[in-house]
Amino acid sequence: MDAFTTLTAVAAPLPAANVDTDKIIPARFLKTIKRSGLGTHLFDGLRYAPDGSERPEFVLNQPAYRKAEILIAHENFGCGSSREHAAWALLDFGIRCVIAPSFADIFHGNALKNGILPIALPRAVCDALMQDAAMGGNARITVDLERQVVIRPSGEEISFAVDPMRRHFLLNGLDDIGQTLQHEASITAFEQARAATQPWIPAIPVI
Amino acid sequence: MNPMTQSLFDKPQTLFDKPQTLFDKLWAAHVVETLPDGAAILFIDRHLVHEVTSPQAFEGLRAAGRKVRRPDCTLAVADHNVPTSPGRVGAEADSVLQLKTLEENVAAFGVPYIPIDDPRQGIVHVIGPELGASLPGMTIVCGDSHTSTHGALGALAFGIGTSEVEHVLATQTLIQSKPKAMRITVKGRLSPGVTAKDLALHIIAEIGTAGGTGCVIEYAGEAVRALDMAGRMTLCNMSIEAGARAGLVAPDETTFAYVRGRPMAPQGEAFDAAVAYWRTLPSDPGARFDREVVVAAADVAPMVTWGTSPEEGAPINGGVPNVVTADEERALEYMALRPGQGVAGAQIDVVFIGSCTNGRIEDIREVARVARGRSVAEGVRALVVPGSGLVKAQAEAEGLDRILIDAGFEWREAGCSMCLGMNPDRLTPGQRCASTSNRNFEGRQGPGGRTHLMSPAMAAAAAVTGRIVDVRELGVRELA
Repeated sequence: MDAFTTLTAVAAPLPAANVDTDKIIPARFLKTIKRSGLGTHLFDGLRYAPDGSERPEFVLNQPAYRKAEILIAHENFGCGSSREHAAWALLDFGIRCVIAPSFADIFHGNALKNGILPIALPRAVCDALMQDAAMGGNARITVDLERQVVIRPSGEEISFAVDPMRRHFLLNGLDDIGQTLQHEASITAFEQARAATQPWIPAIPVI
Repeated sequence: MNPMTQSLFDKPQTLFDKPQTLFDKLWAAHVVETLPDGAAILFIDRHLVHEVTSPQAFEGLRAAGRKVRRPDCTLAVADHNVPTSPGRVGAEADSVLQLKTLEENVAAFGVPYIPIDDPRQGIVHVIGPELGASLPGMTIVCGDSHTSTHGALGALAFGIGTSEVEHVLATQTLIQSKPKAMRITVKGRLSPGVTAKDLALHIIAEIGTAGGTGCVIEYAGEAVRALDMAGRMTLCNMSIEAGARAGLVAPDETTFAYVRGRPMAPQGEAFDAAVAYWRTLPSDPGARFDREVVVAAADVAPMVTWGTSPEEGAPINGGVPNVVTADEERALEYMALRPGQGVAGAQIDVVFIGSCTNGRIEDIREVARVARGRSVAEGVRALVVPGSGLVKAQAEAEGLDRILIDAGFEWREAGCSMCLGMNPDRLTPGQRCASTSNRNFEGRQGPGGRTHLMSPAMAAAAAVTGRIVDVRELGVRELA
């Protein structure tokens, strides 16, 4: 995972609630065995007409937002399936930060594990940022994870909350598994205790 | 009282006397270690693996030179991509690659795997409980949001992303912050013709698709206790559509009777020891929930969704709101409906009966009761897709396949099928579908497809009439 420290970028406004994972990346594009390459199908149904041509009205097809790295949306962003492909598609397109009033739980976790920072801010603040974003390349928004602030083009700073452990992992680009394996002795002890107290738990047989 | 005395006084109360919820007990029993920031390393008893969300996880293990820590806690099966046509013909090339990759990975890492041609193959959330791999008291995860289904057994079961799949494969644990506890109590009994699916859609319409965000929902009350295990699974399955991480129903005699004798469940004395433990799990009287919702079962009617979010639903005698938000307006445009329109009467092109929500034998029996002696309406394509090979075999042993085939339904092989449009079973643009699945998102069942979520009985009624109708007005023939 790439570390996330500070990002200054164009933000794309997507003023919709319940942007679901099927909208972010439809299921028919999940048949890959790689993490990369999904960016071309990000928001496929919104971005392309049935004949494959771009829908010019969709925000990410507009010249100002084709290289946007921040996305601003309404409530419950990322609801639906557990597919991490949603995070991979955003990342592959170049999105490193999503700002919305709220996020669905599984998407929130998936984003953080891929170096995408989901920032929850009140709807009124998101609406203000949405207005900034509407200025396209004339308005760059800065996200400073170290200081936990979003800086509007006006210079106004808005602080945001982030889980301290996730912040540490993002700032340093750390891998969860390596961290957990530092506790391997505890896991082994737990497994042994469990086998002793609940010996009735069967093993899944080799089929 | 000085602060020191206060804390000493409080300690025994908070540690030993505090009534616990079912969720508290399941959580506490699986904490390996609490990390400095309060998150827990949580032990995972069962990890179910399928072909879509696992390739990148195995690839990660390989790159880091890691093994699967507990193959004996892991079970793999292919379900999302498999063709469900008779003979399973017509697999798409990229699906074949994903299926082959799963077979290579389970062989390389020694993971128990149910092959596609095995009679036990099926949707991961159908086969887990059916085989007894998923048990009460366990933590169960899978790279699929509908893992909440297994909570019906009284297990803490939730969906995870691929990075977490890799984490569980490597460590048999997850790092998790404890969600909040929510209880939905359903008072009274559901009316005749009203099912667990209607209850789930009713609850989601009430609390919204973010109503359970950050929570584990325990379903309680007389109507929930009265549900059979299939109904409880339907209810818990849809928890994710309310935004919840997991759904739970406390284990009881219905649960134990269901689990007894299942091939991967404990047998004999081991089963009795397990039941003794499972009886300790239900929430203690007075246990505190962070949020409580009460639903009157008598208020629940057969439900149909009209929009593109599971919360956009109405009772069959209701309709689309007269005044709609901008998001709802977009949904109506997609669905080709208008504000104030009733949900009943819409012409249906396709009926899909199946999925991890409603692909169990009890669901197929409901459909057969409606279909018996009737025929699928002219111009309607109706698919019945059993949730597993064992469900299919059971239905065939009961003669349900004949009733359905005679009525003009397609009788298919087990798989996820038209629930999510990543196998050959898809809607074409503009088609309107009565579906027993779980999501009515834009394009979920195929680009441009229009999904109306409903119960199996309501979907069967749509199949035989060609439009959305109240199944209670049809009259239902008893199975011989």
